[in-house]
Amino acid sequence: MACFLISAGEALVVTAVAKGIQHHEEKTEEELRKTSDKEIKANPYPWSRRLMLLAYLLWGGVVLLAFEHVWHGEVVPWFPFLTAMYDPGDAAEMLHEMATVGVSMACLITAVWGIIMGVVSSILKRPEKAPLAEAA
Amino acid sequence: MTLLICVFAAVICTAKWYTSRDKGLCLAPLCFMYWGASIMWLVDAIFEYAELHADYFTPAPADMLNDAFLGFSVIALGLIIWIIILLIRDPRGTVQAALSKKSK
Repeated sequence: MACFLISAGEALVVTAVAKGIQHHEEKTEEELRKTSDKEIKANPYPWSRRLMLLAYLLWGGVVLLAFEHVWHGEVVPWFPFLTAMYDPGDAAEMLHEMATVGVSMACLITAVWGIIMGVVSSILKRPEKAPLAEAA
Repeated sequence: MTLLICVFAAVICTAKWYTSRDKGLCLAPLCFMYWGASIMWLVDAIFEYAELHADYFTPAPADMLNDAFLGFSVIALGLIIWIIILLIRDPRGTVQAALSKKSK
């Protein structure tokens, strides 16, 4: 009914945190460059980028699921936007669905992102491969 | 059916992203969109299966048709969003070149 709203909330928070971290990372890197004479090696996959990947996954899912809800007539472009809000019984059912399905969706996406990050870390530790044409 | 169509789209887009990463097609947003939606619909499917059990796998033909229609519409929406992102980011400078050519 409105399960995607939980993921939308998480996406908002993750995007804000990622932007904050990105700002902090840029500031730290700039300060390091100013104070140190040695060449600073940039992190190939900083935390801001990692978090943005989670945000993209969440936003992507939210957009397409919102479309599905519009398709099924559960979301409308006028107030109160959710048709379940017209009836208290439907509203209670909607809140239950958000607490079960919605939270599970957000948790599974976050878990998948965690697995992807684990794989990314192990790939980054591997020695760099030569392009196929050069290797052959 | 919607989940199945979205998963196929996600796999195809990811394979295309892997093979043509340097071609400036901006496929990553499309992959994220389809994978995000696929994961969310998977959860939906699990909850539905817990409720319906074996009946989940034998939907009515009308429901299947409606779900397939929705699946293809979702793919189309994803593609529209992707093409807009591609044209705005313009990684190859094609749009910029076309615009500057016209203004000359």
